[in-house]
Amino acid sequence: MHYIPMTEEERRQMLKTVGATEISELFEDIPESYRLKQLLKLPEPMSEWDVLCHLKKLAEKNEPFDKTPCFLGGGSYRHCIPSVVPALIGRGEFVTAYTPYQPEISQGTLQALFEYQTMITQLTGMPIANASLYDGAMAVAEAVLMAQRVAKKPKFAISKALTPGYRTTIETYARHQNVILIDLPLNQDGSTDIAYLQSPDANDLAAVVIQSPNYFGVIEDIETIGLLKQNTGCLLITVINEMISLGILKPPGELRADIVCGDAQSLGLPVSYGGPYLGFFTVRESALRQMPGRVVGMTVDTEGRQGFVNTLSTREQHIRREKATSNICTNQALCAITAAAFMATLGKQGLRELALLNVKKAAYLKSKIASLDGFDIRFSGPTFNEFTVSVPGSVKKLNEYLLNNGVIGGIDASDQFPEYGNIMLVCATETNTREQLDQFVKLLAAYGRECF
Amino acid sequence: MTAKTQFPGTSGLTLEEPLMFEKSIKDRKGYSLPDDDLPELNNDSLLPAKYVRDEISGMPELSELDVVRHFTRLSTWNYSIDHGFYPLGSCTMKYNPKINEVTAGLCGFTHLHPLTPASAAQGALEIMYRLEKYLSEISGLSAVTLQPSAGAQGELTGMLMIKAFHQSRTDSNRNIVLIPDSAHGTNPASSVIAGLTTRTLASGPDGCLDIEALTPHLNGNLAALMMTNPNTLGIFEKKAVEITKLVHDCGGLVYMDGANLNALMGIVKPGDLGVDVLHINLHKTFATPHGGGGPGSGPVAVTKTLEPFLPAPSIKIDPKGFYYFDWHRPLSIGKVHNFWGNFGVMIKAYTYIRSLGAEGIRKVSEAAVLNANYMKERLKPYFHIAYDKLCKHECIFDDSFQHQHDVSTMDIAKRLMDYGFHPPTVYFPLIVKGALMIEPTESESKDTLDQFIDAMIAISEEAKTNPERVKDSPTLPKLKRLDETKAARQTVLKWIPKSTPNA
Repeated sequence: MHYIPMTEEERRQMLKTVGATEISELFEDIPESYRLKQLLKLPEPMSEWDVLCHLKKLAEKNEPFDKTPCFLGGGSYRHCIPSVVPALIGRGEFVTAYTPYQPEISQGTLQALFEYQTMITQLTGMPIANASLYDGAMAVAEAVLMAQRVAKKPKFAISKALTPGYRTTIETYARHQNVILIDLPLNQDGSTDIAYLQSPDANDLAAVVIQSPNYFGVIEDIETIGLLKQNTGCLLITVINEMISLGILKPPGELRADIVCGDAQSLGLPVSYGGPYLGFFTVRESALRQMPGRVVGMTVDTEGRQGFVNTLSTREQHIRREKATSNICTNQALCAITAAAFMATLGKQGLRELALLNVKKAAYLKSKIASLDGFDIRFSGPTFNEFTVSVPGSVKKLNEYLLNNGVIGGIDASDQFPEYGNIMLVCATETNTREQLDQFVKLLAAYGRECF
Repeated sequence: MTAKTQFPGTSGLTLEEPLMFEKSIKDRKGYSLPDDDLPELNNDSLLPAKYVRDEISGMPELSELDVVRHFTRLSTWNYSIDHGFYPLGSCTMKYNPKINEVTAGLCGFTHLHPLTPASAAQGALEIMYRLEKYLSEISGLSAVTLQPSAGAQGELTGMLMIKAFHQSRTDSNRNIVLIPDSAHGTNPASSVIAGLTTRTLASGPDGCLDIEALTPHLNGNLAALMMTNPNTLGIFEKKAVEITKLVHDCGGLVYMDGANLNALMGIVKPGDLGVDVLHINLHKTFATPHGGGGPGSGPVAVTKTLEPFLPAPSIKIDPKGFYYFDWHRPLSIGKVHNFWGNFGVMIKAYTYIRSLGAEGIRKVSEAAVLNANYMKERLKPYFHIAYDKLCKHECIFDDSFQHQHDVSTMDIAKRLMDYGFHPPTVYFPLIVKGALMIEPTESESKDTLDQFIDAMIAISEEAKTNPERVKDSPTLPKLKRLDETKAARQTVLKWIPKSTPNA
């Protein structure tokens, strides 16, 4: 038991100090009949070497994208992570600190979070960012709850092209909160049909929720939606789950969005089978005191030196309890400073270059697939690094064929959206070499031929 | 105190470091992207011009070494478990074993996409499946979800399940949640999102749940009692069994906040005490690091009756030993995460449990409780203890002895930094005025505890002989006390270039 330093002798001395002879006496306040007489049924302990070998074996049962070419996206994006990012953020000083409740000895985490907040505002074009939420799904759910508090109306228009897991999470969070969700259908080109916003029904809308690029990869015309929502007087919640897109796409903050939120996993966090990711959340000044989650602010110490603290905590659960703006306590701080280190490394030019590279990779693949018999690009709208393909026969079968040939295909969205036929969401990033893209196209072509 | 105690607090060379934006130099680069290996494409035709942004104004331009020095210097301004003793009550700041970081960092996990077909993700699914089973055994409850990202989301998940359970029995008047006045603030905040109304229960004179206070609420409106056990005073709720029975008899359920599970592992199973729902903080009890405020992980364990309401999907194994996600959960409360939860954190907890085994897990709780009681006995002569009885994983003092010298809990906390320690949790629980909540955990050795105790004794002396010294602390950290009022009133939440103050 190498994690417990207590020696037998120390144990005896300490028991003596507390006036006991046996450890069991320290548990006498627990009714005797409920105290366990036997050990828990858990596996035998393992040495460090054995546990490492065990975990390596489990890891080898998986097919990571650096081993098997992969075209999955859908809210989890495969990107190259510069070595400096994990090397720096893996420092024990960051990893093994608690929430910065004592700012004098937490300035490292606090300044890094302040820098994170700043860069998120630069990327989104919004004035204020918080210090993180759990993930994109929870961030969007919190946005709906916040918009309901601000607008004091229950009705929300939600794009059908919102990532399905986000939609389900909104339903979970809002189930008992007097929120009504109305679906906005899609246009032919895969963008959201916003005719509803021009109908009289839209007058009592609290907010419209639009994701861009949307679940089908299509870039939404946020500018037009921003103008329309002004007429209806509702709020615009813009959701982004591929933050690299903001290296090249217009920031929603410049297009009249009121809340921009989503997932920033793309900024330096590994795909890691779905988590930990990084919920980000931005608002306008007027809504600052309704914002969920922690936020770091600049201040001075008693000698006037610049420093940082968690601030506006009167919104939070430990002060306001049942009246708090959210129940969140622990957030994803280390993920936020990972994103800060990633953005710092790529910088102004790197983020743009990376975004452009993603656009190119996907455009190349898209044009190749478009020319294949039996395959079609399902939606004509502009895309970033993900797009929707109509495939011959079931996507499930195609994906099995691909996996048998050493490739992990795209997302099968046919079950969730049967109205669009057999569709696969295909994502290509800078991690996909041209060789991989060509191999994928070749396999699709061969499969297409088998089908006819 | 022993006069010759050497304290870790000292001063040393600290390097200044501006905000990264102030170091930025136009056209400096620190990145290396994969080559553009594609045939020449016309960049202008790739995206409609109306969607393309201008440059990202303000984003820094740094070299790789600039970035390395920046974050390395920042890191030196933090205090962490790796630095020293971190007795933050209710936070269980135990040692975070390095092997856990290594296993969680294996490429077979970090580079595994969450939507990878089950046949290509068997290792990941096996870890999650087994971890659920281990947590189920430790908690004495039959089913577990790993989806919640932290304790508060676990609470919300649990309270939504309780609500769904009552609704499924068309028992929809049950909207009241009873929460002791000593509870964590997340308890009421989570309950409210689940559509429940909270009522505060006054603790009894012994700091524990009071049957007399509970009795008037035992009726058809009671949805649940939320209890923390051991409670936030570090005391085991002696009447837990009696109370859960009373709540059950009137049709309510019992939620247990598992923040303090580190006191009970292998000693008693919360499920045996009548608890229906329990959340577990992997980032406390199961040694996963806190990361300066997350990521955590807040699995929820429930009884058989509540299993149908767990979030979707659940992880199953077929007779051939194949792991898969089961999405058919008609009574599920839905999802609280886009994927399956904080998987990277789960690997660390899994590694920890496999390293310890059953006996190791029990020894953790035994040592944690012995350390806390030792701390309590040694400090008792110097600091007032609100409820002096056998404690579990933590003990709570207050500043009433020091207050007569105008020295407060905050002063004591700040002075501890000068001695080289992280302060305890302060001013919580709310029912103890000026609370100092100390949780030593099992990781700390007797000599570390003694060193800390000597520092506390020294501060109690200083409070009498030189109170100004305590009140002026800390003096050794990079900064002195920060002006939190200014931060809240004149909010500056991002860097603004100095040349354009109104930007």
